[in-house]
Amino acid sequence: MPEFFHRKIERNAIGFVLAIVGVASIGGFVEIAPLFTIHQTVEDAPDMRLYTPLELAGRNIYIREGCYACHSQMIRTLRDEVERYGPYSLAVESKYDHPMLWGSKRTGPDLARIGDKYSDAWHVRHMINPRDVVPESIMPRYGWLARNELRVDDLGEHLAAQRDVGVPYTQAMVDNATRDAYGQATPDSDAAAGVSERYGAATQVRAFDGDPSRVTEMDALVAYLQILGRLTEAPYKQQSTAAGE
Amino acid sequence: MVRLVSGMTVTERQIALVVLLALSLIGLAMAAGGRGDPMGAQGFVVLVFSVGLAFAVMAGYYAPEPDESRLTRYYDDPTKVGIVLTVIWAVVGMAVGVWVASLLAWPELTFVDQAWASFGRLRPVHTSGVIFGFGGNALIATSFHVLQRTSRARLPDQFTPWFVLIGYNLFCIVAASGYLMGITQSKEYAEPEWYADIWLVIVWVVYFLLYLRTLARRKEPHIYVANWYYMAFILVVAVLHIVNNLAVPVSWGHAKSYSLFSGVQDAMTEWWYGHNAVAFFLTSGFLGMMYYYLPKRAGRPIFSYRLSIISFWGITFFYMWAGSHHLHYTALPQWVQTLGMSFSIMLLVPSWASAGNALATLNGAWHKVRDDAVLRFMMVAAVFYGLSTFEGSFMAIRPVNSLSHYTDWTVGHVHAGALGWVAMITFGSLYALVPWMWKRETMYSPKLIEVHFWLALAGTIVYVFAMWNSGIIQGLMWRTYNDGGTLAYSFLDSVEAMHPYYIARAFGGLLFLSGAVVCASNVWLTIRAAQRERRGETGTDVPIVAGAMQAGE
Repeated sequence: MPEFFHRKIERNAIGFVLAIVGVASIGGFVEIAPLFTIHQTVEDAPDMRLYTPLELAGRNIYIREGCYACHSQMIRTLRDEVERYGPYSLAVESKYDHPMLWGSKRTGPDLARIGDKYSDAWHVRHMINPRDVVPESIMPRYGWLARNELRVDDLGEHLAAQRDVGVPYTQAMVDNATRDAYGQATPDSDAAAGVSERYGAATQVRAFDGDPSRVTEMDALVAYLQILGRLTEAPYKQQSTAAGE
Repeated sequence: MVRLVSGMTVTERQIALVVLLALSLIGLAMAAGGRGDPMGAQGFVVLVFSVGLAFAVMAGYYAPEPDESRLTRYYDDPTKVGIVLTVIWAVVGMAVGVWVASLLAWPELTFVDQAWASFGRLRPVHTSGVIFGFGGNALIATSFHVLQRTSRARLPDQFTPWFVLIGYNLFCIVAASGYLMGITQSKEYAEPEWYADIWLVIVWVVYFLLYLRTLARRKEPHIYVANWYYMAFILVVAVLHIVNNLAVPVSWGHAKSYSLFSGVQDAMTEWWYGHNAVAFFLTSGFLGMMYYYLPKRAGRPIFSYRLSIISFWGITFFYMWAGSHHLHYTALPQWVQTLGMSFSIMLLVPSWASAGNALATLNGAWHKVRDDAVLRFMMVAAVFYGLSTFEGSFMAIRPVNSLSHYTDWTVGHVHAGALGWVAMITFGSLYALVPWMWKRETMYSPKLIEVHFWLALAGTIVYVFAMWNSGIIQGLMWRTYNDGGTLAYSFLDSVEAMHPYYIARAFGGLLFLSGAVVCASNVWLTIRAAQRERRGETGTDVPIVAGAMQAGE
């Protein structure tokens, strides 16, 4: 009987096409649509802060160089991972990540909580030649990051596009994006004050690559790495509550 | 080139020139609007590509029109060019793969301190090169062939198949050159940026319509199984591609875009896409290939029509639920993880139905498997398909995944499927198809097919065993505790432990690449021998022309 039925539908190309699309669509609808509507999917974290323009530029360099192919940013809810890397990752931590960089492979270690673990100078040396600081490392060198000036003139457009996909950047942030990127990497300049004003007092303002005279791609990438895992205190609080119980 | 152009009518040549002119204008606009951004360089890639092709079309523009007798033959020129492109992409994509594998073993191999030469930018050239360049061209080339033969109808015109094939390769070239410039969305297997994605949608819609138009002209009442799979491949890849690539570009002059979804929703969408790119690109499409070329080569009918139905609808339905097994123990809600795991296990049923159907088809033809390396390629592919789908279901089980995820085991699993299944069935099909297309008895050298077979099999086994070892060792080292209750190994300890396996993997890849080079030489020698003979007779391999001309003539 089912065989007879199938002999009929395989004579009709349009019917077959519709059947394929119908059958194939169900799984996606059931699994993806509710993620947008069920409130518990993403935790509340009122202290969650936004990437500064410099950090966003650094994130884009992280993407450009393919860092995500070897480094995850997702600590799983497993004891050894929490003890190795820190509190397990919460959904809210990547709420403003367009796209997410959870990754799928750890050729190198997870970076979800790498922020503040190493000094800026360590990161700079590590990027220029990883084997200078970690002799056994198999990571490539990224020397050009220190040589390349960072493109900052279009950061306003980047922030505006981020706002279009739902990241709550204010108009002042969009208007001052270029200035803020410069200011965050040039602590002695007039532009520096505006950064903490707009992005919060905890924002790190310093010459990340060690050279305050110019803003390089290294500045941006290190600024980004140093903020990983520091956008909200929520995962740390959650873990200390769990430990206290 | 002139000969290929002369296969098109004058109207079609004009359409081709108009399309190429429009493309070069788009390329020019990208080059101008994207000054100071990598978009500009991408514009030049498009410009050079379309102007170059326009010259080729113009060179053959005044060639005499093809006569009406062409309608009594299948239109195979695009398939022939598609085969050549498949082989070129195979060698390029696999060579880059061997190179990046070597970089993991010896990171100081990089010969220039330049961004384009670094591992992070070359890796997607490998993945896209083999999946989309090699795999995609193989699918397009064989689908044109299978579609015409199983429908007993000629392709509806001479322009559309070229648009699909050439347009698709433009997408691949834009993508690969973009990676070297640092253009990527970071979404795995969906790295190309928004403008390339839009172009692929256009090409894909034309591909789909071409399929439907040819099916509408079919002289066989039933649509053959292979075409169900090719159609599922075309349709579902379109759905996946469009949803996963929704993004807002920074501006019209920027290559960079920001994906519409973020965080957990983005992760789920990406792996819904990523896993089903495996399902509908690397499985459905190649099952279509298998369902035609394996029974043809074996000279046996498909073992069971019912198994074909069960496995087709099972794969189409179950696969789409399985993506969340890539996100076990993450911030994705557990109910989605559980659904993904359950469906991944159920998926084994239709997968093994297909693998079993293929192997049972060989019953009565096993002596051919022994003697004929071409059929042996296909048989081994079916075996690896069964093995890697079993492994996939196994790795989707949450506790197993806690060990395997993030490790080289995943890489090994992917390559068991990609080398053992996808590449083997492709090479088997190519070896069957090339002599048919170039009207010869056999390939130039059957001996070289034997050599290729053993290189490919040895390469796959070395690769997969190396990655099983490294992946499981990695996973165990990360979770081993010493008696004091602290972690026994640093991350670096695990990196050092990988070194011998990374060397073995690069060696396995090199064996497989050598096989691909052998294949390329054999195909080239076959084509050259055929061109020397250039016998123009048609034989019995012709479509039914029921008195009707093509539409528009």
